[in-house]
Amino acid sequence: MINNSVRFDIILKMEEFTFLDDIATADVAIESRGDTLEELFSASARATFDVMVNAGDVQPEVKKTLRLENSEIDGLLFDWLAEIIYLKDSEAMVFCKFDIKIKKDVNYHLDAEIFGEEIDQSRHELRCDVKAITFHLFEVYEKDGKWISRFILDI
Amino acid sequence: MNSDMKINKISDWVWEIPKTEKEGMLVPARIFASDTLLESMDKGVFEQITNVACLPGIQKYALCMPDGHWGYGFPIGGVAAFDTEEGIISPGGIGFDINCGMRLITTNLKVDEVRPLLQSLINELYRAVPAGVGAKGDIKVSVSQLKDIMKRGAEWCIENGYGWPQDQQRIEENGHIPGADPSKVSEKAISRGINQLGTLGSGNHYLEIQLVTIENIFDEKIAKVMGIREKDQIVIMVHCGSRGFGHQIATDYLRVFDKAMKKYGMTVRDRELACAPFKSPEGSDYYKAMLCAANSAFANRQIITHRIRESFSKVFDADARKLGIEIVYDVAHNIARVERYKIDGREKEVLVHRKGSTRSFGPGSRELPEIYRDVGQPVIVGGSMQTGSYLLVGTQKAMEETFGSTMHGAGRTMSRSAAKKKVRGDQLIRTMAKDGILVKAASLSGLAEEAGIAYKDISEVVETMDVLGISKKVVQLKPIGNIKG
Repeated sequence: MINNSVRFDIILKMEEFTFLDDIATADVAIESRGDTLEELFSASARATFDVMVNAGDVQPEVKKTLRLENSEIDGLLFDWLAEIIYLKDSEAMVFCKFDIKIKKDVNYHLDAEIFGEEIDQSRHELRCDVKAITFHLFEVYEKDGKWISRFILDI
Repeated sequence: MNSDMKINKISDWVWEIPKTEKEGMLVPARIFASDTLLESMDKGVFEQITNVACLPGIQKYALCMPDGHWGYGFPIGGVAAFDTEEGIISPGGIGFDINCGMRLITTNLKVDEVRPLLQSLINELYRAVPAGVGAKGDIKVSVSQLKDIMKRGAEWCIENGYGWPQDQQRIEENGHIPGADPSKVSEKAISRGINQLGTLGSGNHYLEIQLVTIENIFDEKIAKVMGIREKDQIVIMVHCGSRGFGHQIATDYLRVFDKAMKKYGMTVRDRELACAPFKSPEGSDYYKAMLCAANSAFANRQIITHRIRESFSKVFDADARKLGIEIVYDVAHNIARVERYKIDGREKEVLVHRKGSTRSFGPGSRELPEIYRDVGQPVIVGGSMQTGSYLLVGTQKAMEETFGSTMHGAGRTMSRSAAKKKVRGDQLIRTMAKDGILVKAASLSGLAEEAGIAYKDISEVVETMDVLGISKKVVQLKPIGNIKG
């Protein structure tokens, strides 16, 4: 139990994202970082939902599983963000917790369990809806042992 | 101005970036703007419009309207026409919100009749037109009905009781563009959009109650043709699009095009400009799917119109017909359409991409319904919720100079987070109430992002195209009530 909470703290500390004010006017630009690809993908997903809802209000009540495959790591991140944006509308859900595993053989493979709950306008502090992930200025790279991505969400 | 590029002044309101300014430009870029508007345009606009000028098959100029601002792929306010035989189609030239557009609706109510009931009216409209993240519409349709909507748009709605027969001719393309093919739409797009018919969305989408003041009628004769008859008349403006259905179609095909580029040996300067030849299997499939989203957006605004009629009828205890709730017009401002223009002395078929740009067809255009054929097409330009909006009319000059296109709104000048740092949503509601504008929003932070200070001066934007004769001012409209997602 103690071990689990310690690990949770570490994950929170390492997963980071910032909003980039100077490269988008109508849309939202984000830089996300992680020590591993899993952390990068989790931080990117958290950032995406942070645009739409106060994640502190969202309970991890319902689990959805996702499996994605792509030959390129940037393609996989694009697919991942496109998929969670799709689920937001098709399931009318917001998500707050992302358990991700990424493996590489010839292609990159992502297996994820994501947790959240159905959107309740009376209880959730909702913000601005995200329409899509764009390819504009989209990049994923590794620098000094960190995985970094930059992406722009259409609002 | 935030650009190192050479920008030549062509006239007081027209600027040109020569094609020598960036490697690969096939045509010059033209920007329509006053000195002040040009000065305030962000760097992204100049980069993006010159990227557009590099796309295969582009004709004459890559155009940027005076509300132009930094988007993804095309700038918002970008217009480009491509040869249908040798040119491309690009989802980044249309936007994810396919057929995002504006609808203007009249009433015969006067402001004195509406003010005492305005709060009830806003509450009723907010209940009847779901808005914000996760909002679901209350119309349940089957997959086969949704496929019918993809092909028939507003016509389906009217046939199923969500509208009046006369509505159809007051919608661009009669509310359904031929050529839509539901077999080109993914199951994902269907499951994403099937519960969202009749919803407003979020961001800059809104439903607004507006007022005509006598000093704001610029052309009384044309205003009358469009149903704006007197001062203090109340009208309603709706801004929304194809919702998750269109967003998913654009996402699906962006991926298809990203891969297809290699197959066709094409490169672009911004990955979001991923494109394919219009006549290729990929290009043709996207066009047919995009039209499904365009038609569903016409349907979405039609269902919202029906809810508006019901709400007014309930609050004012009168039949909507007696209240004169008639559509003025409905225009798409994120779309690509096959149109014909005179280029280099001969008529040519082109695919016009309008991303944040309104069609502005002049008098005599055969695409216009009989009621507007003599005066020109109504052009609906939405401003910020604090400053007001405009109704204009299209011109012959637009057909000659801008591929029948004009601006679509005020245009953002401040990022969303910068706006939120300057304004708080709850304060904004109080400020607007003092100015006589009641607002109800699904999100307070989302509301702050849409504050008037985040936008350019709409009057200057509109003035630019009026002086140039691209679209002429008819009426300015002032907000008194607003619903936002």
